[in-house]
This record gives sequence, structure tokens and C-alpha cells, in this order.
Amino acid sequence: MFELRALRRLTVGPVDLVAGRGSCLSIMGRSGSGKSLLLRMIADLDPHEGDAFLDGAACAQMPAPVWRRMVTYVPAESGWWDERVDAHFPDGTDFTTLLPSVGIAPEAAGWPVDRLSTGERQRLALLRALRPANRVLLLDEPTSGLDPASVQMAEEVLRQQLDRGVAILMVTHDPQQAARMASRHFELRDGMLKERPV
Amino acid sequence: MSAPLLGFWELAAAAVLVVINAALSLLLSLGFERALIIAAVRAAVQLLLVGLVLRTVFELGSPLLVGGIVLFMLVTASYEIASRQERRFAGFWGFGVGAGAATVATLIVATFALISLQPDPWFSPATVIPLVGIMLGTVMNGVSISLNAFNTGVVREHAVIDARLALGADRDIALKPLQRSAIRAGMIPIINSMSAAGIVTLPGMMTGQILAGMPPFEAAKYQILILFLLSAAAGFGALAATYVAVRRISDDRDRLRLDRLAQG
Repeated sequence: MFELRALRRLTVGPVDLVAGRGSCLSIMGRSGSGKSLLLRMIADLDPHEGDAFLDGAACAQMPAPVWRRMVTYVPAESGWWDERVDAHFPDGTDFTTLLPSVGIAPEAAGWPVDRLSTGERQRLALLRALRPANRVLLLDEPTSGLDPASVQMAEEVLRQQLDRGVAILMVTHDPQQAARMASRHFELRDGMLKERPV
Repeated sequence: MSAPLLGFWELAAAAVLVVINAALSLLLSLGFERALIIAAVRAAVQLLLVGLVLRTVFELGSPLLVGGIVLFMLVTASYEIASRQERRFAGFWGFGVGAGAATVATLIVATFALISLQPDPWFSPATVIPLVGIMLGTVMNGVSISLNAFNTGVVREHAVIDARLALGADRDIALKPLQRSAIRAGMIPIINSMSAAGIVTLPGMMTGQILAGMPPFEAAKYQILILFLLSAAAGFGALAATYVAVRRISDDRDRLRLDRLAQG
């Protein structure tokens, strides 16, 4: 079980939330309402008040890198620290099945990152965040700007994560995607997170 | 060592060259005559004043006075380092990181140099002041270039650093590539001077000693000693500055803290 207690920074919060294993929650809200701020807080990437808990273990009680390997934030704009695509994945990654799962040719593993389109980067940034240690995924507009076929594939990848018990908090601007993926829906307005009726 | 003394007439002759240059600038409307004259006058006044001050200091031979001058040089160099920064840390740290790194690097290497040169007395102003001066020049380069490269690099690549942190890298791993290239940038000037020494340029100190009558081979040995000391000082300085910068630009929860840079 994943729990937020009185999380607060700048204009956002206090936010309280409980999410069960394998559940998907959608978060909507206008641009600038602090959705990314909220996800970054949960990943402990920004200083904040309050705390997050995974099965009762507080984020503040463990090293931040350990927390982030379990509670992983995937920003809307991905950063790449090496020239080649495969350098961003663990050694021994099998790209022949991994990359086609989001509609990208396996050869792309050997490409320079510069050669990727925006949409390809977005999908690869999602894939590189998926690790066995993941317990919660914090996704910031994971499929914005993708074509419908790619969106479908990315959602399928996410469903597999839900099936193995990973919880997902997903910021999205697409009500239909929220309806397809999430069981509970939230809106961030004036810094407060409110549950919306389905 | 008997140095041929330089009279004011020789200096005046050299000054004529500067004046000719300024006249050319005026004639061809290149527009640098004012800046050139002011800089030349400044150099003359500053250096003559320093010569006078040092003469007094050498005569007095007081360790307190030597310490005071070293401190003054350290503060001035630290101020220069801080003003070279495009993105400096907010508050005390904007001055403190560079000042601390420059001081540590200079003191370590100066202590080493004094132990090996064994001047008498150990605080001999004729040894300590020129030594600290030439070292601070290099340390200033090493620290200001590496610190500037690091901080501007962090601002430019914050998304990349954040990406690594978000995937569970700790701050040392996430900031290591930037730290490494910043140190390298800071070391380039001294590595250049060592590689080109004697081939492309005769280093200023060696030129001065030869002109002042020292045998060239002895001057070369002194220059080698100084270059080694300088490279060590630049290395320590760049290392210390970027190490502190890594700690300061991140916190103990392995977050990137761009809010700790001054706005600008």
C-alpha cells in the first residue's frame, strides 16, 4: 500500500492519498496547477513537508536513491546522459523484445540519442524507468504527443506493470486515457487534490 | 646574482612604444587608445607601489606583516574568483566555495614549497610573497574556470541530472561527469603552459631571471619547480572547488538544489 500524508511544497498541498497495489490513479488539472511539482515531491526530488510511505516505510527513513528505485518519477521531458541509447539501460538488457513492445526497432538500441524523435525518446524514457524494483510509477503525461498506435502500445506496457502489482499515478490531459487506465480519478486545483466522481 | 639595474630612461623609452600604439589607434580611429593608456598608467602605478611596499616589508621582516599581505592576496583572489562566476551560489557560498578552495590549495602547496626551499627565516617575505603570488594566479584560474564550468553545466543539464536521480542514482554518480569535465577545463591552462614551456614561450619568471642575470640553466630549474608547484595547486584548487560545489548544489536527500544558486 502506498500512502501520502500532508505532502506540501509552495502552493501545492497538503495532499493526502492512499493507493493500493496494482491500482492506477489519474491526476488531471490545468497547466501550472502543480501536477509535476506533486509527482516530484512524491519522488523526493524537491524539498517538501509531509512524507510518503510504502507499506508503512517512510521515504524520509531510507536513502533517497533506494526510495526512487521503488517510487520512480518519469518526467514529461526526458534527460539523456550518454550518447548511445543502450547506455541508459542496465547491462544485459534484451532489446530485441523490449523495444518492439513500444513500436521501436531493436536496432535503435545502438543509435545515438540525438537520432531519436521526440516520441521515440518519450517511449524509451518510459521503458528505461521500468525495473524489477518498481513499486510505484509516477508518470507525467507519459503518452502526450504520441500517435494512437504508440499510445495503445505504451498503455499495454503499463497494464503489464499494473498486473504485477505496481501502482501508477498518472498525470494526463486526456480524459479518455484516464478512463481507460485508471480506477480512480483526481483533479489538482488550487493546490488541493480532489477525487472526481467517475 | 648581480642584476643590471633598470633606469627610468629605459622605462620611458618603452613607454614611447605604448604612446605610438595609442597614436596609431587615434589615427586609424580604432578606439582603444583611452583604454590602453589608462591600463598602461595603472600597471606602472600599481607595480611601482607594490615595489615600494615590498621593499618596506622586506626591510621590516615581520612574520605578522607577511601573514597580513598573504591574507590580503587570498581575499583579493577570492573576490576575483567570485566575480568570474556566471552562476554563483547564493549568499555566503558564492564567495566561500572559491575562497575556501583557493586558500586550501595555496596553503598546502606553499607549505610544501617552504619545506623544500627552506628559506631563512621560514617566513622570509622575499620567498613567501612572490611564491604565494604566482601560485594564487594559477589557483585563481583553476578554481574560477572549473567552478564556472560546473555551475553553468549544472544549470544547462539539470534535466539530465534529474533523470539520473529520478532513476535512483545518488548525487555523486549523477554529478560525476560534470565534475570531471569541470576539473579538466580548470586544468587546461596550466597543462598548456607546462607543455609549451620553453618551446612556444619562455615563461615570464624565467625570462625575468635570465634578464636579471641568472644563469639560464639555474633559471630553468627554478621554473620547473614553480610549474610543478603551480600544477599541483591548480589541481588541488579545482578538485576542492568542484567537490564542495557537488555537495552544495545537491542535498543529503540526493536532490538537485538549483535554488541554492543566486538568481540571475
